[in-house]
Amino acid sequence: MPTTPNTCERDAEIINEQGLHARPVMRIVDLAGRFRCRITLSNGSVSADADSAMSMMLLEAAKGTRLRIVATGDDAEEAVAALVQLIADKFNED
Amino acid sequence: MRGIPVSQGYCIGKALVLDTAERWIPKRTVPPEHVAHEQDLVRRAFEAATEEIRQEREQARARVGGDVVADILGGHEAILRDPKLVMQVLEVIADKQYSAAFATNLVMLRYQRRFEAADFLRDRVRDLVDIKRRVVRHIVGETRQELAELSEPVIIIAHDLTPSQTAGLERTDKVLGFATDLGGATSHTAIVARGLGLPAVVGLDNISSAVTPGDRLILDGTHGVVIIEPDEAQVAEYRAQEARRDVMIRSLEELRDLPAETRDGVCVDLHANLEFPDELDACTRRGASGVGLFRTEFMFLRGGPDPNEEEQFQVYRQVAERMEGKPVVIRTVDLGADKYPQHRNWEPEPNPFLGLRSIRYCLRHREIFWPQLRAILRASIHGNIRIMFPLITRLMELRQANYLLRLAMEELEEEGFEVRTNIPVGVMIETPSAALCAADLAREASFFSIGTNDLIQYTLAVDRTNERVASLYSAHDPAVLRLLRMIIRQAGRQKVGVSLCGEMAGDPVSTMLLLGLGLRNLSMATGRIPEIKKMIRSISMSEAQKVARRVLGLETEREVVNYLREETRRILPDVV
Repeated sequence: MPTTPNTCERDAEIINEQGLHARPVMRIVDLAGRFRCRITLSNGSVSADADSAMSMMLLEAAKGTRLRIVATGDDAEEAVAALVQLIADKFNED
Repeated sequence: MRGIPVSQGYCIGKALVLDTAERWIPKRTVPPEHVAHEQDLVRRAFEAATEEIRQEREQARARVGGDVVADILGGHEAILRDPKLVMQVLEVIADKQYSAAFATNLVMLRYQRRFEAADFLRDRVRDLVDIKRRVVRHIVGETRQELAELSEPVIIIAHDLTPSQTAGLERTDKVLGFATDLGGATSHTAIVARGLGLPAVVGLDNISSAVTPGDRLILDGTHGVVIIEPDEAQVAEYRAQEARRDVMIRSLEELRDLPAETRDGVCVDLHANLEFPDELDACTRRGASGVGLFRTEFMFLRGGPDPNEEEQFQVYRQVAERMEGKPVVIRTVDLGADKYPQHRNWEPEPNPFLGLRSIRYCLRHREIFWPQLRAILRASIHGNIRIMFPLITRLMELRQANYLLRLAMEELEEEGFEVRTNIPVGVMIETPSAALCAADLAREASFFSIGTNDLIQYTLAVDRTNERVASLYSAHDPAVLRLLRMIIRQAGRQKVGVSLCGEMAGDPVSTMLLLGLGLRNLSMATGRIPEIKKMIRSISMSEAQKVARRVLGLETEREVVNYLREETRRILPDVV
């Protein structure tokens, strides 16, 4: 019997000074790689896979941008929670 | 396509196009059956680049204050691991049949444009360029690797061949010839091709994008022509010409075992200038009685770490042993100016020809000079080795170099190595100052070798690679000839051996002049030896002396050249 895929969605605001530049993107790629689910981030008009550093940079998410995080898969909730935490921790930068 | 012929001969074969990561990457397509191969190249290059960055990150983190660098590299690594990026490159290759390097460049360029358009991302464009270069470098490196693994020999096509590229082409038995977009008669490609006796055409403008890898080519180094995908008639015609040339070469080869002796019995030593140990076979085949100039730069220009003492020792020993007691003159490192080592982050000098190069660089950078001195000294017991210092412009330089040499000898002996303590030490006379002080230098050196290529440039104040003034560069300028006479005379007075290792030595039109001025030892590209020997065997020393005396009385370069051509034509009409 087909099961509906487990999806989890949360919004998060980028609060670190430099926004979603190379270093945070790298942290996201590393974090996303630990989970099995598919994760995408979106700024409302552009969407990016969390394993694609280029796409995430092209979100042009400066400080203050709200991103929608969507994860689909078994560990979707944990993944989204972890990501939200990472963003809230300002990627351990400032 | 037409270009400048710089090395005689013809060859017919398949093209191998060499890219260079440093420069602009020309648009290149590959035949459909090559697409999968190019895609593999890309995958492997991305993997290799990622691995390389990982190692660099570790090294950076281990250093104090290296965390900043490690983080930047981390960002690069994240991009390299982006599956979407690689996929886009692979798709471009499949759709447009572009080469691996061009496809990578194109995709990265597209991202670059998007980044440039975004305020937030503009500062990251440099990172993209960096990443792109790294990947392309791996793609290009792979191609070089492939050359070593080739089953059939190829014709090398490139935008321009830099010393580091040719130094990397050590398996030269796989190379049939060279063709480049840039270059002139005295460019690096020309010198290497002549040294290897392979045909070459330069200055073809855009051959590196006109040719598809794998294209069949006829390369005519005698007339400066490259034919892409020739028809059968053209192939037949070239094969016939090749056959005629083979006959001529064979007749020159018969000279191999004959001595280089004038008609009136004066013996001349003909030595070879080598750029790679690979040329040793050609050297003995052409009948050289020694190596008058063994250039050691190739080991430093290959990319990768500098060769250590042990590696150098093995090379020098091999050369000494293969020459079986015949003299080998090893020149210490002559880096700088147009042989700029790209892999070493040197700051470009405004005037490299007048800058920190050659012996000056070595005296300032003992970490390069010292292992080389030790390696040469250790090799000295394995053959008839002589050491030569390039670009000595003043007596103090020679004294400093000699001092270091003695120190190295002492150190080696203390370590238990056997060394030839009376190894002959020579000086390359390449500047007016050295020529004018030849008497002083002669008292503290065992031999001179006149480097006319640079001597002419420094004396006439001309850059021979500058097309605007290259026509002013001439070995037959009266100023140069007067310096030659001065050098040879001083050497004779102090009983110091003197040789000439510039291109002038291999020019049959200059042979009578040089012999007449008193030279009895000439060193040249191996391919030139048979012809010069033929010239020497056709003249008498009294004729040569007469020619030299007459030349020294002429006022202009034009008169000298015309006179020499006329005299040479009378002796060997088909040479001029």
